[in-house]
Amino acid sequence: MAIAVRNLTKFYGTEKAVNDISFDVKTGEILGFLGPNGAGKTTTMKIITCYMPPTSGSVEVEGMNIEQHSLEVRKKIGYLPEMNPLYLDMNVVEYLEYAASLHGLQGILLGSRLKEMIELCGIGDVRHKDIGELSKGYRQRVGLAQAMVHDPEVLILDEPTSGLDPNQIVEIRNLIRQLGRAKTVVLSTHILSEVQATCDRVIIINDGTIAADGTLEQLQNNFRGSEKISLELKAPVANAMTDIYPKLQSLASVETVQYDGEENGAHKFSLHTLKGSDIREAIFHQAVAEHWVLLELTRTATSLEEVFHKLTTGETAAIQPGQLKQSIGAA
Amino acid sequence: MTNISLKSLPSLHNTGTVFRKELRSYFNSAVAYVVIVVFLAIVGWFHSSNLFLANVASLRLMFELVPIIFLFVVPAITMRLLAEEKKAGTIELLTTKPIEDWELVLGKFLAAWALIGCMLLPTLLYYITIMLLGSVDHGPVIGGYLGLMLMAGVYVAIGLFASSITDNQIVAFIVGFLIMLALFMLDKVLIYLPDFAASVVEYVGIDYHVGSIARGVIDSRDMIYFLSMLGFSLYLTVISLGRRKW
Repeated sequence: MAIAVRNLTKFYGTEKAVNDISFDVKTGEILGFLGPNGAGKTTTMKIITCYMPPTSGSVEVEGMNIEQHSLEVRKKIGYLPEMNPLYLDMNVVEYLEYAASLHGLQGILLGSRLKEMIELCGIGDVRHKDIGELSKGYRQRVGLAQAMVHDPEVLILDEPTSGLDPNQIVEIRNLIRQLGRAKTVVLSTHILSEVQATCDRVIIINDGTIAADGTLEQLQNNFRGSEKISLELKAPVANAMTDIYPKLQSLASVETVQYDGEENGAHKFSLHTLKGSDIREAIFHQAVAEHWVLLELTRTATSLEEVFHKLTTGETAAIQPGQLKQSIGAA
Repeated sequence: MTNISLKSLPSLHNTGTVFRKELRSYFNSAVAYVVIVVFLAIVGWFHSSNLFLANVASLRLMFELVPIIFLFVVPAITMRLLAEEKKAGTIELLTTKPIEDWELVLGKFLAAWALIGCMLLPTLLYYITIMLLGSVDHGPVIGGYLGLMLMAGVYVAIGLFASSITDNQIVAFIVGFLIMLALFMLDKVLIYLPDFAASVVEYVGIDYHVGSIARGVIDSRDMIYFLSMLGFSLYLTVISLGRRKW
């Protein structure tokens, strides 16, 4: 186990930032720490990196307690803080030398690690520029190089892609994935696609507590409240509400049916069905039996976005877009 | 994968790393040059304009003047040392590296102190000019320089402490300046105090000790004063830096 967090609680004054959270990170795993701003992601990371101690609870990194063996733990961690603070008046090489030297590297070893990092992070072109002159993308690379320079077992990256443009985001993600092959990585973000793009596992944290913990697939399955099926069909009947609606309603696993109106002689319906069910086949057979002409049949599964939204706001609306639509319509 | 053996480090490796970085950043920016030039200009002007008036081959005037200039120069040198790191957030990078807080504080202290040393170094030229002009009593000069460096050490430690309590460099400057000014002024208000308080206040005041060393007398009471003031200020700085952990 690379990181073991047990009953971690942190108060800022009287305000509870992190509330009794526990989780493990396996060696070699890329863990995404997902949550809205102010959820406690950064606080947790600051505690793991020994920047500040927990109010209660314990953290072990590579089997060592962060409070009893603080220096040892810090040697094993590479940390990229939020906002990526850097010495703007130093040039890239000077800065990396400084970081490496603080990690106890010196001489030939320091030189070879620097070279390796500069190559890996693609900052060879700017190595003699002042950090203050660099673009955000390059600064982020320098920040990553700094975090990696002592070849740590564990990388803690706090919002590594915030403030970057889309191309830079892709580059940094690729870099993280590349680095993550050999290391244990914990990265925080409030962007879902980031987790989808880079992480093996995700912990959703909200209001200082863990709202969900698992692989992306598990989360999507567990939190799938219901599925939505959009249906468009033509039928030789006078009244859709009396002739078609009850028949759809009577299908197995259907929870609610909603009539979305008629367009060019085609009737539109939205069906909400039970979790995990797939009734498209049943609908097809029903249509054949009734001589309906199916124009469209679409199944929408819960996206991670909806899971996230549900877990972090406590609303169910996003899980069932149909209902949301209804309530808007009624208002 | 490279195998990095983090062998037990030489004890002052980290302090040395911080020291070199800080000193380099003084000289990479304009700070060091501006401070040194301004300092030398002021000292040089007073020194040369009075030397011939007094017609005495001595550096006494300089040794009286420099402590006053220190009041402004030292906080200007120390104000950024920690306040800037806090402002920029780099303190978080620094304190999550495997380095003890005291190593960090000591490195920064030594860098600023060394800069003061660099600043005083060219004034040796005045010493040389005086030696050429007449016979000099060397004792007071050596004592004078020693006194100035010890005073600077205490001031730098105080300035560093002032820089540790805020992320605003202006605040750091003002707080540092006021504490230094108070220490400097203490032995000038003695006449207003009752006798029993006067001797205590005199001992706390810094100018009294600089004065006695400058006479060429190196007394253990003075050395204890300087070392304890310096150590106490650095200790407070380490405590203040550790406040993030409260």
